[in-house]
Amino acid sequence: MTAEPLLSVAGVTVGRGGIAFLGQVSFDLRPGEALVLRGPNGVGKTTLLRTIAGLQPPMAGRIVMAEDGAAYAGHADGIKATLTVRENLLFWARIHGRSDVAPALAAMDLEALADRPAQNLSAGQKRRLGLARLLVTGRRLWLLDEPTVSLDTRSVGLFAQLARAHLRSGGAAVMATHIDLGLDEARILDVSQYRASAMAMPATDGFDEAFA
Amino acid sequence: MWALLIRDLRLATRAGGGFGLSLAFFLIVAVLVPFGVGPKAATLALIAPGILWVGALLSCLLSLDRIFALDREDGSLDLLATSPIPLEGVVGIKALAHWLTTGLPLAAFTPVLGVLLNLPAAGFGPLVLSLLIGTPALSMIGAFGAALTVGLKRGGLLLSLLVLPLYVPSLIFGAEAARRGAEGQEILTPLLMQAGISLGTIALLPFAAAAAIRVNLR
Repeated sequence: MTAEPLLSVAGVTVGRGGIAFLGQVSFDLRPGEALVLRGPNGVGKTTLLRTIAGLQPPMAGRIVMAEDGAAYAGHADGIKATLTVRENLLFWARIHGRSDVAPALAAMDLEALADRPAQNLSAGQKRRLGLARLLVTGRRLWLLDEPTVSLDTRSVGLFAQLARAHLRSGGAAVMATHIDLGLDEARILDVSQYRASAMAMPATDGFDEAFA
Repeated sequence: MWALLIRDLRLATRAGGGFGLSLAFFLIVAVLVPFGVGPKAATLALIAPGILWVGALLSCLLSLDRIFALDREDGSLDLLATSPIPLEGVVGIKALAHWLTTGLPLAAFTPVLGVLLNLPAAGFGPLVLSLLIGTPALSMIGAFGAALTVGLKRGGLLLSLLVLPLYVPSLIFGAEAARRGAEGQEILTPLLMQAGISLGTIALLPFAAAAAIRVNLR
């Protein structure tokens, strides 16, 4: 028996400003599965992830996902410089109706930094805080855009452990990444095969697009 | 939702949060006007309600572009948009946080500046009351303007141009209530009009602002 998919993407076309980047993208993601998006810079991986996250509507096709939605982690970590690490995490936990941040701090090895203002963190430490935020959302589907940027080897290992534990507990993840995390469960999807040709571009008026 | 309010208040009052900026600007306006207009007490008393209202309005304008731009820059806005809180609620809470850190302190600070401008004793109560009723509309309209310009780099000028005309009704009725109060007349009508404007903006603009943010996030 296969479980109900957490995310189902069917014939989706994504683009920005009325120009399609990727066309006819289709895949299903079940609990415990991870999908790694590969492709050259600028091919549309971020746009695809933002579309799945609901930050922009698909130009065509359908995206169906579990009730509680997805946890999105983009290039920016959503960290407030003047709040401490703990305050930052606690804020996102409360937004998602939770209050326990200790496991998330422990998972990304942030305990020693917990009471330090986020402005004093290094780029890698900020990224670890950004990834720890995923845990406090309590959501099963993770959408990760280059999650390992500026992480050192040890932190990448920590993150791989975190991702594996998440998958084992019935979660799923779509991530755009260029490095091999060593996740055996991960399928690799090269999105450049979906690259939309200029001819197939749907004719949309840029003005109307803003109000669609 | 309260977590967002608490975070915004905490951010505003920490270093670099811009909490004192509006108050400092308001103080500067009220201190400089007597120098510009001259020391005649009668002239100052005449213009005091209007000057104080304009000063409060411009002070309010100063911190508007921070409402969403900072959250957009560090990615928080994306994350808030995918969080369980509806975007309309985010807008409402952010406008409330702006009012608590700008409008409310301005209204509380006004009596002190009223003394500087020789505001007649009868005018203090109506002026503070009209500011308390009117400034929520300033914050809400400002949040709407900030939502419209959130995608633009250095959108401050456009934001001011968009928002200022929308501020005019609040200013007219607010200054009118303060003026009538200073002259000992009845102030209920302008205050009611002003309350209507504030309630109308609070009821409608969160939806418009949320729609604007959704477009800007694409």
